[in-house]
Amino acid sequence: MKKKIRTKEKIKKLGRKLVSDIDNGKNPSMEIPIRSLSNTIFDKKIKILRLGDKTSNRYFFNISHIKKFVQTIEVAATTKELLNVNKHLSLREVYYRIKRTIPDSNINIVDDQSESNKAIEDLELITDCSREQLHINANKTGSVAGNVIIRDKGDTINWAKLGSGGWSIPSNVEDIDFKKVNAKFVIYMEKAAEWERLHEDKLWEKLNCIIMSSQGQATRGVRRLLQRLNNEYKLPIYVLTDFDPWGFYIYSVLKFGSISLAHISDRLAITDAGFLGLSGDDIINYDLKKYLIKFKDVDLKRLKDMSNYEWFKDNNKWQKQFKMMKELNGKVELAALSSKGISFISDVYLPEKIKKKDFIK
Amino acid sequence: MIKMKAAEDLSKELKEISVAEFFEKNRHLLGYENSTRALITIVKEAVDNSLDACEEAGILPEIKVSLKELEDSVFKITVEDNGPGIIEDKVHLAFGKLLYGSKFHRLRQSRGTQGIGISGAILYSQLTTGKPIRISSSTGKKINTIEMLIDVVKNAPSIISQQGESNQKKWHGIKIEMQAKGRYIEGFQSIIEYLRQTAIMNPYAKIIFKTPNDHQHTFSRVINKLPPKPKEIKPHPYGVEIGILRRMIQTTKSKNILSFLMRDFSRVGKRSATQILKLAKIDNKKKPHSLTHDEIDKIHNAMHLVKLIAPPTDCLSPVGDEELKKGLEKEIKAEHYVSVSRPTSVYRGMPFSVECALAYGGDLENTRRVNVLRFANKVPLLYNQGDCAITKAVVQTDWRRYGISQSFESLPNGPLAILVHFVSAWVPYTSEGKQAIASYPEIIKEIKLALQDAGRKMKLYISKRRRKQQMKMRQNLFEKYIPEVSEGISKISETSKEKIRTGLEKILESGAKKYEKEDQD
Repeated sequence: MKKKIRTKEKIKKLGRKLVSDIDNGKNPSMEIPIRSLSNTIFDKKIKILRLGDKTSNRYFFNISHIKKFVQTIEVAATTKELLNVNKHLSLREVYYRIKRTIPDSNINIVDDQSESNKAIEDLELITDCSREQLHINANKTGSVAGNVIIRDKGDTINWAKLGSGGWSIPSNVEDIDFKKVNAKFVIYMEKAAEWERLHEDKLWEKLNCIIMSSQGQATRGVRRLLQRLNNEYKLPIYVLTDFDPWGFYIYSVLKFGSISLAHISDRLAITDAGFLGLSGDDIINYDLKKYLIKFKDVDLKRLKDMSNYEWFKDNNKWQKQFKMMKELNGKVELAALSSKGISFISDVYLPEKIKKKDFIK
Repeated sequence: MIKMKAAEDLSKELKEISVAEFFEKNRHLLGYENSTRALITIVKEAVDNSLDACEEAGILPEIKVSLKELEDSVFKITVEDNGPGIIEDKVHLAFGKLLYGSKFHRLRQSRGTQGIGISGAILYSQLTTGKPIRISSSTGKKINTIEMLIDVVKNAPSIISQQGESNQKKWHGIKIEMQAKGRYIEGFQSIIEYLRQTAIMNPYAKIIFKTPNDHQHTFSRVINKLPPKPKEIKPHPYGVEIGILRRMIQTTKSKNILSFLMRDFSRVGKRSATQILKLAKIDNKKKPHSLTHDEIDKIHNAMHLVKLIAPPTDCLSPVGDEELKKGLEKEIKAEHYVSVSRPTSVYRGMPFSVECALAYGGDLENTRRVNVLRFANKVPLLYNQGDCAITKAVVQTDWRRYGISQSFESLPNGPLAILVHFVSAWVPYTSEGKQAIASYPEIIKEIKLALQDAGRKMKLYISKRRRKQQMKMRQNLFEKYIPEVSEGISKISETSKEKIRTGLEKILESGAKKYEKEDQD
């Protein structure tokens, strides 16, 4: 409840600042930290990405700012309304909530959802309140299974007893209470297909772990849930992705934070996450070379960019991986492991890797 | 011997092909290649003659043109002027004999030059309908009306009827009526367009046009003063073609070649004349008529080698930049006009001058294609746009420097009309149809200089207009957003919406004033 009052105050503060600008005959403006690689700082001490202190002013009376200015105000007004009635909206719903055409004109407040999404992220920065605190939800895109019992909005949920689908992770996991956590570690994987494989094989039972996935880049809810399990129960987090630059970057975001969400890295980053596979060595050791899919130019460029990131530059283990990947000049998907046997991944690959503690950090 | 005989017979036959006959067979050369253009050419020839006659006599022109469709695609064309008229016994010659004209043997800026135009029109009328033409003329005394045909073989008029009547109203001028096959259209290349452009270039003329559909268009007079009369000049040696030189030598009244050079050319004094003849190795005392072809060639060559002062430049009568602007203003409703008159320049010994005017915005907004209005000695050029030096100069000018969009090597785009007037004692047309000016480098250069000068003037207006438009757009955008943002800020700040709205409107207003002030500075 306290948090909610704080969020409300922050939004009101923004409004009061604008009113004072207007009262003083000044062009109303809001100060927004700049979100770009150039204003992203890698904090070497705690090893996460942080937002720098460069800011920009967004003005109302400025042709190139006005649209974003109004979008930000619209999002703020929507949030205020949500906090007042204590309800939540999804990103898509917020988009529809503010979408309209100004009367007698062809000006749309928003043209597509990416604009309202950006305005929401800007509001997070301006108010220093997270999207969750602003009562805005993202889509549910994650699944989890394991020997864990939680309480969510008064319901008790056992992650071990939810059939083939597992528990779908909401975008806001702040208010979840862990009642019982019986696991030694968490495996996070890039693809839902692999999660279903491991769930069917009851891997979480065999290895006494939690398995979690979301489609592609981990969503904020998933990342926050992983961080909470890591912080509150000291569970190691292991990441399982395809062998390609994009897979490596999923690990990078989980561990160090992302450029676009650098402002909330401390609530999302899992600084001791380990990379389980697929590694370049796995490709050799498990004879997967024949499943290489040749890189395109964009893949090679991504690989090059990533090897230059500050947080990877001085890491020999990772530089070795990048070099191997460049030499192999192709990707290998997790699904390729099925060529060795239907449950090769759960029967052989993962138990071996975990046993050997074969992680890259 | 047999061959010689045959050749003699052949040349006898050749002589019998008269000029009139030749043009009857080659009418496309004169602008009668299709039925639409034929009507335009007839009107053009008559109107050009009327304007030339009025100007020469110092009369403000008033010209009435009417077209009537008599039967399917046969038109009766009537053109009447208030000029000086032609004396009774010369009327039939002036209209019925090709190459009989007052303008060919002199060098002076005028619309017609060759004495072919109106007779060509009569020939066309005769060829397509077989009907005689009817000409009324008066110098202010009695009105003389003849009906005539042209004898194509003899290149001579043949009068069918002649009658005189009294002239109570002291009318003077010429009224010509003829029938011809043709097709009447309105639009890009049409009689109306030709008259409209003529009215632009001759703002001191009043032209009334009655169309076949009985509509009457009046192109009004906006200037009540005729331009100064162009002076007649003698040819300059640098600009004389060998053929013209031969003809001049044949017809000169000078007793010896030295005085011929001094008397019949401009900028040739005794020293230069002696120098020319010395170079050509011809005796000063030689009689002009006794010169052989070879000797004339030598003189022609020598004339180009001797250094001479450029020809006099006071022989031209441009319309004038202010007058040009007035002419354009009355026929094209635009937002802004600029005009430029270039000083006289010379191509191949021939003085010429270029004027140009630009119109921007207004009614032109509806036509995205730039309108290029070409004129030579005040006559609109409607055809052969691509071959013309004016078009080439327009294309070669970099319009983007003046805020007008243009694709590489093409006409510019935008709400723009470009008018270029080429004035010279001798216009170098690319063909007998007189619709395009030849692309001499000196000519293209002068036109480009005129266009650049005008472009710079227009740029000032265009950038100011653009700034204003942007300013207005900004104002508009802010005005639209203010109610929306006031509502939003009111919600999050818990302050009255009206107060925020008034505050924002005040800021907008003071900002607009600031911009306006900057614009004036």
